[in-house]
Amino acid sequence: MSGLLKFITCGSVDDGKSTLIGHILYDSKLLYADQEKALELESKAGSRGGKLDYSLLLDGLMAEHEQGITIDVAYRYFTTEKRSFIVADTPGHEEYTRNMAVGASFADLAVILTDAAKGVLVQTRRHARICHLMGIKHFIFAVNKMDIIDYSEKRFQEITAQINELVGQIGLENVDIIPLSATEGDNVTVKSLNMPWYKGDALLPALENVDAEDNIEDSGFYMPVQRVCRPDRTFRGFQGQCEGGQLYTGDTVTVLPSGETADVKSIHTAGAKTDNAAAGQALTIELSKEIDVSRGCVITKDIKAVITKSITSDILWMDDEPLLLDHEYIFQLGSGSTIAVIKEINYKTDVNTGNELTASVLHKNELASCTIALSDRITAAEFTAYPVLGSFILVDRLSNMTSACGVIRKARQVTDDDYSFVSGNTKISATLFDEYYYNMGDMKIDTAQKDYKTFTIGDVLPLKGRTYNYPKETDIVAFAEKAVIRVRNGKIIDFVPFAQYSFDVQYNAPLIDSRGFAINVNDQAELDKFRAEYADGKNQAAFWNKWLDCTKWRHILFNDNFWMI
Amino acid sequence: MLSHLDKLEAEAIYIIREVAAVCEKPVMLYSIGKDSSVMLHLALKAFYPEKPPFPFLHIDTTWKFHDMIAFRDRVAKEHGITMLKYTNKDGVARGINPFDHGSSYTDIMKTQALKQALKKYQFTAAFGGGRRDEEKSRAKERIFSFRNEAQVWDPKNQRPEMWKLYNPRIKKGESMRVFPISNWTEKDIWQYIKRENIEIVPLYFAKVRPVIKRDGMIIMVDDDRLKLRPDEKIINEKVRFRTLGCYPLTGGFASEADTLDKIIAETLQAVTSERASRAIDKDSIGSMERRKREGYF
Repeated sequence: MSGLLKFITCGSVDDGKSTLIGHILYDSKLLYADQEKALELESKAGSRGGKLDYSLLLDGLMAEHEQGITIDVAYRYFTTEKRSFIVADTPGHEEYTRNMAVGASFADLAVILTDAAKGVLVQTRRHARICHLMGIKHFIFAVNKMDIIDYSEKRFQEITAQINELVGQIGLENVDIIPLSATEGDNVTVKSLNMPWYKGDALLPALENVDAEDNIEDSGFYMPVQRVCRPDRTFRGFQGQCEGGQLYTGDTVTVLPSGETADVKSIHTAGAKTDNAAAGQALTIELSKEIDVSRGCVITKDIKAVITKSITSDILWMDDEPLLLDHEYIFQLGSGSTIAVIKEINYKTDVNTGNELTASVLHKNELASCTIALSDRITAAEFTAYPVLGSFILVDRLSNMTSACGVIRKARQVTDDDYSFVSGNTKISATLFDEYYYNMGDMKIDTAQKDYKTFTIGDVLPLKGRTYNYPKETDIVAFAEKAVIRVRNGKIIDFVPFAQYSFDVQYNAPLIDSRGFAINVNDQAELDKFRAEYADGKNQAAFWNKWLDCTKWRHILFNDNFWMI
Repeated sequence: MLSHLDKLEAEAIYIIREVAAVCEKPVMLYSIGKDSSVMLHLALKAFYPEKPPFPFLHIDTTWKFHDMIAFRDRVAKEHGITMLKYTNKDGVARGINPFDHGSSYTDIMKTQALKQALKKYQFTAAFGGGRRDEEKSRAKERIFSFRNEAQVWDPKNQRPEMWKLYNPRIKKGESMRVFPISNWTEKDIWQYIKRENIEIVPLYFAKVRPVIKRDGMIIMVDDDRLKLRPDEKIINEKVRFRTLGCYPLTGGFASEADTLDKIIAETLQAVTSERASRAIDKDSIGSMERRKREGYF
């Protein structure tokens, strides 16, 4: 009945997380003989006077052996008669909180250890909050080291009260509290005779019986597109994983963010054709007609997602470098990515009290609510409704470090004001009027946006700025929206679908993209070639390097302090 | 509800597709072992009806079992995939061999060869079949595992990997190692091989083979480069292999398991974990982590 359970163990340092898991593996005869032998050997060399040190089974890195602590999350695999488990054993030190969060993002259930002598500590609270942030819905608080306090029921009740207070503060559901001793084995795999007053299950049976399966089948269907599969001219399939709901051949689906619809012509699940697909499966979907679908799009049926450029989210900052307001980060959500700027830290959370504090900067391991602006429209949703459309990471553009992770609490639907060009149903986002500055402060290129204005047919465009100078006759290609804006004598005269667009021989109008980069297309033949290569889905760096010239109409100005402009 | 194996399969396919979509020049390492057979199978499924949009790479130490090389060439041909082969020519010229050079043999013919090959072809991402249940330091490695310019892994400073949001970003010269079957166990591998009817090298099945016993290991006599010591003689025993590598370094063991069902049954009640039969891992505690930091897979 119960499938695979992924869980984590967390809690403060020295609360005995690795020892607990080591003991479960040892007790359940889940170790191979050579592992057991290595354990005995290493224990002898260790600090615990020759007694079996179960944590040695998990702390695999040499640095961890030396320091006697867990630095990074370790994954262990074991199977009992009732169930298969993957356990992520996570570090307790505050320094390594982000590695603990990695484990939490992976788990369905958290076992949070508390030292019976010390009670609920700051780190216990921090971990409980992070587990909640990452979407864990099932919690077991393991009150460990009961042997040290002589298995006192009174002390256990005191800690239970502390835990319940924390649980109420964060709003956790599905909470169990178990008194145990990881070193002595009380209430670990079997019920302890030392605590007859405790009526619940031991830890392992509790893990074996919990139902932590998410009901993602009941959701609407959605699949972020990872890639386009084009083995030949006759087949064009969209590949990704079904993140919720079900899909049948013949269903009508909506592709976001464009909103175009089509029918499902065929479905393949991992190599075989099928008539229906279920949540969790790897799919290849063929649609009934040619519509624009590429990586980052989401194929949907009956879901409530929004197209957004502005989100409110709870984030965990994980980088050694602090979070800077108005600094640009790469934003990854689902299969899409864009540029994000943190516009405001609404508050940061005191992990101990839960109080909301004002802040203008965030440091490593801090939790905060932020308002984030995105440079392109993305398909998103609240994390609790559609986890995959509601969770993201921020990546530093210079170091490539994964700087933060976050979940969306609110996403604001874009309106026409958020677009640069609008005509009828065609809405186009463009950055060709952004100025490019080389920022002498942090030695990188920044972009500055003009005050927002939406242009439509008949409008005169500001074709000359400080760092750009576009010709009066030009055709602006918006790839995401698959449309071309014709500009003649400085005015917008028409919006044309990219597929129907042909090269203007009369004006020889040069092509630029929506960023203002020149497209190296000088006649109809080159346009056809460009369009074919683009349609092939090979829109990677090599493709853009071949076809785009970033400096033909644009240049970069030096600036001492970009944000003072 | 998807089964345990279905979930593992979907996860691996997701990861393989991510790499193909976002990494500039990926390659799939192919060691000819059972995990590689599973990886190849997953890659074929992930892109169907397209062929995998990347080549496969075999690091040939010249000491692999002959059955393995024959299997590699046949499989590549059957599936119509590109199979690159790379050997450290300098190592061959210097006569580096597993008998005389011990662990420096592994470094020169495997680790250095792999680094040379990745550099030669300028691959930016390499899939490996590593599993977290194999060894303790592997249990801590990310699925998208960053390598710096010297192709070195820094276990103390791994990028956080949240949900399924893999960060593939690298600078020139840096690369990624990607492990799509990180979360599989040996048992999962065997059950999947059975379910999907995946072909594996016959050496995994028990058969009477010519072997010698040396330093507590059963070594198969695969060719005449194995020089017998005075007290050794070749005997015929029914043996099989749990892992496949270079024949002088890969110990077989006595087994009657000549079908997949018997292998699975044997695996379930195994008393020795997989890597114990590989000579190189026993050198010292932390030997795998050390070699990984140096660039070994």
